Amino acid sequence: MKQTKSTKHKYQTKPDVRKNKASGGGFFSKVEAYRDQHAHALFSSLGRMVASPFASIVTIVVLAITISLAGGFYLLVVNLQQLTGSLEDSNQISLFLKNDVSDAYANKFADSIKENPIVQSVKVISKEQGLAEFETYSGFGPAINALEVNPLPIVIQVLPKDSLEDEQGLVALFDDLKRAAEVDFAQMDMQWVKRLQSIVAIAKRGTMLLGLMLAVAVIFVTGNTIRLEVHNRREEIVIAKLVGATNAFIQRPFLYSGFWIGLISGVMAWFIVTIMMLILRQSVEKLSALYNDAFKLLFFSYAETFMLLGISCLLAVVGSCAVVQFQLRYTKLN
Amino acid sequence: MLKFENVTKRYPETGDVLRNVTFHLQRGEIAFLTGHSGAGKSTLLKLIALIERATRGQIILDGQNLNHVRESQIPYLRRKMGFIFQDYKLLQDRTVFDNVALPLVIAGYSHYEIARRVRASLDKVGLLGKERKYPLALSGGEQQRVGIARAVVNKPPLIIADEPTGNLDPELSAEIMTLFEHFQQVGVTVLIASHDLFLIKKLNHRVLTLDHGQLIAS
Repeated sequence: MKQTKSTKHKYQTKPDVRKNKASGGGFFSKVEAYRDQHAHALFSSLGRMVASPFASIVTIVVLAITISLAGGFYLLVVNLQQLTGSLEDSNQISLFLKNDVSDAYANKFADSIKENPIVQSVKVISKEQGLAEFETYSGFGPAINALEVNPLPIVIQVLPKDSLEDEQGLVALFDDLKRAAEVDFAQMDMQWVKRLQSIVAIAKRGTMLLGLMLAVAVIFVTGNTIRLEVHNRREEIVIAKLVGATNAFIQRPFLYSGFWIGLISGVMAWFIVTIMMLILRQSVEKLSALYNDAFKLLFFSYAETFMLLGISCLLAVVGSCAVVQFQLRYTKLN
Repeated sequence: MLKFENVTKRYPETGDVLRNVTFHLQRGEIAFLTGHSGAGKSTLLKLIALIERATRGQIILDGQNLNHVRESQIPYLRRKMGFIFQDYKLLQDRTVFDNVALPLVIAGYSHYEIARRVRASLDKVGLLGKERKYPLALSGGEQQRVGIARAVVNKPPLIIADEPTGNLDPELSAEIMTLFEHFQQVGVTVLIASHDLFLIKKLNHRVLTLDHGQLIAS
């Protein structure tokens, strides 16, 4: 207090010098003032939104729906991927042996297959085992029991090593086995897994493209809202410019407005997607139960929630920034 | 403090608005800028405020040639000037305190310093008790004094007033002029654009008269 008073007297006759000297007083108070400016912009922009909520609510709802579309599709793909992920280890070859092949012979045949270097393991499912499995899982137990003879063949499951990487070797193995005299019918599960995986890959890419489009939409919608706000506060901008505001100072509250719009829309989108998932969960669980609970519905993880909010904020700020920069360049003072 | 040397401003649409204007204001000098409407008063002020750039000639403010000021430096230069407007240009949704504080907030002063200076400035214009009021709750004269408090709050060496008494009655005008004279006494240069000839005559200060863009008396 005492010091500032003496400063005042010292520079009384040199107003211009005094201004520069007194403006900070030191590095720390400059940092403090800078922080104050940011805090002020952060909270005043929020305050303005709360004071006239209707202007922002429309934008926020539109953005929330847009973001939830992108987020919803993303979760869909994540869930599909999980489905194919659990199927990945079933890239096996199933050999259905001819009816007249005995168990002993089947085991011998299985041993000979195991000698192939690209085969990891071989499992023989006898007719009896097959029947037991069928009874348990299919729900046709009584019907099967009504039959006098077991209609099921002996099955040999061949699990290749790293099957997805050495595709040619795998196909060669498959062809060899298919031609064996003992084999009635051979099936390579990998084919449909691959098909499913490529469908998921398409969905993934499609979601990415859709996400990109929606991101552009978020940028433009926020930009348009901020454009209106800049327009409404034009007088204030002119006055601020006349008393020496830099463009950075004038931009700041608008960028924070964008930030709030992005954040609130992101939170809203998170709720929209999560509520939709909760509604879907029951049906998915019913379906999953039919497949031995192989599938569990995935929601947004913490990291994904953080990403969702981060990306919403970022896009909204980018949109506001672009618009404010453009508008300021064309704000004439006269 | 403020020097014009052969300044010409030409607009493509209207031709020369200012022609070869030359004058020099010393530190701590008060001058009136007068002339008929369209004589170029506003243009001259815009050149000082760097809202417009001179077509020819030099303007030197506090030793700095305005022709050489880059776009990004303009805000810092404007902080050396205090502007006062006929329509006050106050922010209606902010209190008197916030209006006056604006230049300090922009210049990045600390909270404490802002409060201290705003009060000092309001005290100078006699509005110390009205910090929490909104501009619309004040009379015209009071609003103009808020405008003046804002113009002087960061102690600029130059004050530029554009028809500051245009909307005020003679008594209030005289009050405002007294304020300007106080600033002059502490070394501030004041340039007042006005066509209130009665007021100009009553106060014995330097008068710059523009006529069709030319300075005919100074």
